[in-house]
Amino acid sequence: MQGFRLAFSYLRIGIMNEFQYRANLYIQILQTFIALATGLIGLNLVFAQTSELGGWNKAELLAVMGVFTITGGVIRAAVQPNMERLMEEIREGTLDYALTKPADAQLFISVREFRLWQMVDVLTGFVVLVVALIQLNWLVDLWSVLGFLSALVMGAVMVYCFWLIITSTAFWFVRVHEIANLFEGLYAAGRWPVDIYPNWLRYGLTFLVPVAFAVTVPAEALTGRLTLQTWLVALGLTVALFIISRVIWRIGLRNYSGASA
Amino acid sequence: MKRYIDFYLSSMKLAVLEQWQYPIANYFYMIGMIAEPVIYMVVWSTVATQQGGMVGGYTPGAFAAYYIVWTLVRNMNVVFTPYGWEWRIRQGQLSMSLMRPIHPLHYDVSYFAGWKIIVIILWIPLAFALSFFFKPDLHPTLIQGAVFFFAIWFAYLIRTMTLSLLGMVTFWTTRVSALFELYFAAELVLSGRLVPLSLMPDWVQRLAWFFPFRWAFGFPIESLVGNMATNDLLLGLGMQLAWIISGAVAVSLIWKVAIRRFSAVGG
Repeated sequence: MQGFRLAFSYLRIGIMNEFQYRANLYIQILQTFIALATGLIGLNLVFAQTSELGGWNKAELLAVMGVFTITGGVIRAAVQPNMERLMEEIREGTLDYALTKPADAQLFISVREFRLWQMVDVLTGFVVLVVALIQLNWLVDLWSVLGFLSALVMGAVMVYCFWLIITSTAFWFVRVHEIANLFEGLYAAGRWPVDIYPNWLRYGLTFLVPVAFAVTVPAEALTGRLTLQTWLVALGLTVALFIISRVIWRIGLRNYSGASA
Repeated sequence: MKRYIDFYLSSMKLAVLEQWQYPIANYFYMIGMIAEPVIYMVVWSTVATQQGGMVGGYTPGAFAAYYIVWTLVRNMNVVFTPYGWEWRIRQGQLSMSLMRPIHPLHYDVSYFAGWKIIVIILWIPLAFALSFFFKPDLHPTLIQGAVFFFAIWFAYLIRTMTLSLLGMVTFWTTRVSALFELYFAAELVLSGRLVPLSLMPDWVQRLAWFFPFRWAFGFPIESLVGNMATNDLLLGLGMQLAWIISGAVAVSLIWKVAIRRFSAVGG
């Protein structure tokens, strides 16, 4: 309960902070628009040459793009800024300030930052998704909506765990700020359904960097492709990744010597 | 002249020594970068296979060759970012460079050129791995190889000039990220980074001719991968040189005006 209050307080502070820089909202809108435009250009170039890609048609891939944009927005609003701050603090030795607070350290370092304007991506993603679903003549169906929402949440948790694992390597390697670039690069693979990738890459994108679960699986739920089996694997993996990331975080923390002290 | 050579060699050496200390960080950066072409490669190879083995003149093997060479060209394209200029100017970091009896651009050019040596060394195993997985169809002639060698360094210089010009906008306004984003989006589409330009509609291909982007990206790749005639290869190098020279002239002219506006905020 105390954890929720803490997270909520930081959320409020984050939002208030963002309101100080309203011009950034316009920049964010422009950035989202550019990303959307380039995504659509890519999609149109592909579908100028073919009518389906790995069994997915254009409207279905538009739905994938919608989910990709939504999840990307959530990551950049709530996960990435926290992890980047953590990286910086490990390097500088200022993590001491966080560790001395009377709250669970992992929870604390995970909720301190929130970039409200990134929610433009989330909204845009939903609009793209709705357009795609209209093109698909989609009929509202409770199971696929539940499947979609649960897959979306599990995907976001998995991506958070992945980020935490990678960020924890900063306890050993120190200079890891290139990770943001690494993640963005790999996450971009989610713009297309993972079925099109060769096996070795598909497994990598499923189990190492959980892009498949963050993007493809929610999209599968909406396009009638999600099986109960996949959903259960997603659930199992979410739990496993959560435990693994917490263990790695704690081992890393033991390695932390507080350079500033 | 000698002092310039000394300066270049020293800061290149410095870059090599400094960057060699962070191979993991450099690898993270490069793997993140390599993900992008791998995605394009897979998508387009799938399309080509579905279309009976070829699309826009490219077979899956040709796409593999294009995008593997892409990775080297992309790495050569990394230069001091315009966001870095913003930081330099806004934070007053430029003051320090101004104390030196040499134009700050020389430092950017030489330091990043040194870094490229590390990048190329780290790139080689990645290129082997990618070739193992994606089987590129690549048979360059000697002249193509020679042109490519110059083309990637020229590409590096073109991008240094254009991004420095873009970064120097920060002398006039510090709200520049929107402009940078637009620039990078135009570059993505008009350079051959997203797809080989031959897959673009005709009018885009014609438009691309007039911008520096393709000369810093698509041309170096195609010089090695494509079937360009010797004349076209030389014409391409000529276009690259023209962009480098006009870029350098523009940088030095604008620098003279811009530096008068620099008030060393916080420096």
